[in-house]
Amino acid sequence: MSGGVQFPVRVIETEAISPTVKRLRLAPRDGQALPAYSAGSHTVLTIDGGSRLIRNAYSLLGSTLAGGAAYEVAVQRSPQSRGGSAFIHDHLTVGADLSLSAPINLFALNRTARRHILVAGGIGITPIAAMAAELDALALPFELHYAMRDTASGAFAAELAARHGDNLHLYVSERQERLSVRDILARQPLGTHLYVCGPERMIEGVMTDARMAGWPESALHAERFLAPEGGEPFALRLARSGISTVVGEHETLLEAIEAAGVDAPYLCRGGACGQCETRVLAADGHLLHADHYLTDGQKSRGETIMTCVSRLRGRELVLDL
Amino acid sequence: MQPSPIKSRPLYGTLAPVAHAMRHIAIAEGEGASAVIEAFGDHEALSRTTILFSPAPYRTDRTQETFLASLSCEALSVASSAEDLLGELVTLLSTATMGTRLYVSGSEDFIGRVTSEALHQGIDADAIQTEHRGAPTRRVQCVHCKGFTDGVSASPATCAHCGIHLLVRDHYSRRLGAFMGVSIDAEAPGDIPPAEAFGA
Repeated sequence: MSGGVQFPVRVIETEAISPTVKRLRLAPRDGQALPAYSAGSHTVLTIDGGSRLIRNAYSLLGSTLAGGAAYEVAVQRSPQSRGGSAFIHDHLTVGADLSLSAPINLFALNRTARRHILVAGGIGITPIAAMAAELDALALPFELHYAMRDTASGAFAAELAARHGDNLHLYVSERQERLSVRDILARQPLGTHLYVCGPERMIEGVMTDARMAGWPESALHAERFLAPEGGEPFALRLARSGISTVVGEHETLLEAIEAAGVDAPYLCRGGACGQCETRVLAADGHLLHADHYLTDGQKSRGETIMTCVSRLRGRELVLDL
Repeated sequence: MQPSPIKSRPLYGTLAPVAHAMRHIAIAEGEGASAVIEAFGDHEALSRTTILFSPAPYRTDRTQETFLASLSCEALSVASSAEDLLGELVTLLSTATMGTRLYVSGSEDFIGRVTSEALHQGIDADAIQTEHRGAPTRRVQCVHCKGFTDGVSASPATCAHCGIHLLVRDHYSRRLGAFMGVSIDAEAPGDIPPAEAFGA
């Protein structure tokens, strides 16, 4: 399968960490040990959603870095959800079967860095907390800054506080506490690297502040997972397979390709990794590039499209698949 | 310069102060002073710039030094040797913070030594700019005795430590700041081709 190796797993534990975040513990169904992974890795869950196959990427928690008997993920019920996270919250209970991909890391710690500044907003804490766990185990210097709306929505806050003590700085916007990136970035010694995961606007803000403070690009790391949004439906023709289909309003281009029975490449399903880049043969309409992979020049040339998050506004798209 | 097919062979650019940097450290040897003067001239970055300079060995002309002193930079330090200059750089970098950019200009062996020492101090590679000025001399590590020979201007060269004749390859170590030198006559002792000078 194009997403790589699949591991059949079963939900063996669920926990409501907050009103909107659910933790899942997934154990292999075939007795095969799950591979160890590095902090910042994610996995793509494949769930039979009845009428459709749900494939969503989730960061792997720091609690199961060694792999083996189980993996853990935390899923936030997304208000803009196309149904995936809502299905996981409402229907995925202990005993449910699903499969997951081998771990992929697009947000790894730089092991040559001398100090690590971790910044998380909301559910963005999941890969960041795993990084903190890894750095803590390696006894490497780090500070963790975690911004959240209110204490109830701050999944993991208490656990992180117990584990990391003074290395953890919490900012609760309900209590008028604001994370000041400029203060955090000032006076950091050479060799410090910065990692951010959270809402897109937060990532942009932190990155801009770091660049304005003269930080070099190689020291800046962000996890930009996009939840693909729906859009207007359009016709899709897969030239090599000789298949014509329609990409529905609440469906991604990649999902429509898969539903048509074509095994198209993918890895992150969030516009970050570049694996699903596909050649555009013809586009009767305007390509809506939503990924973080192609350069602006590549996007305007429109020779390729990232099927996981991008789509067409127009009549028909013809792909080399 | 012909691009080398060897990927590790360093490429040098033209110094250009990074607008948002909190602090600039420019370090130059010999002819490298001109690159610093051209880049920083009357740039607004000068007020946040420390310049470290060492004249080329055996040079008695002080014009570059005088010119550098006329720039209104934050600090200027002139050392008599590259070793002393490197010592000063290490001291500066040990307390430097993120947002500091380093600019290096001079001979190829000088750039290599400074870059490797700066990386050891934790600065990110993309926070360093380099511009080659002056002689195309290289710093070479003998792969046999591991000794370093500075100021190598042609290949084959003689290892200053073990005396082996070395073919100087384009393979470069960023960690060591040196090119690789391998015995040229291992299979036919004494069969040493005439030396060819490195291109500029």
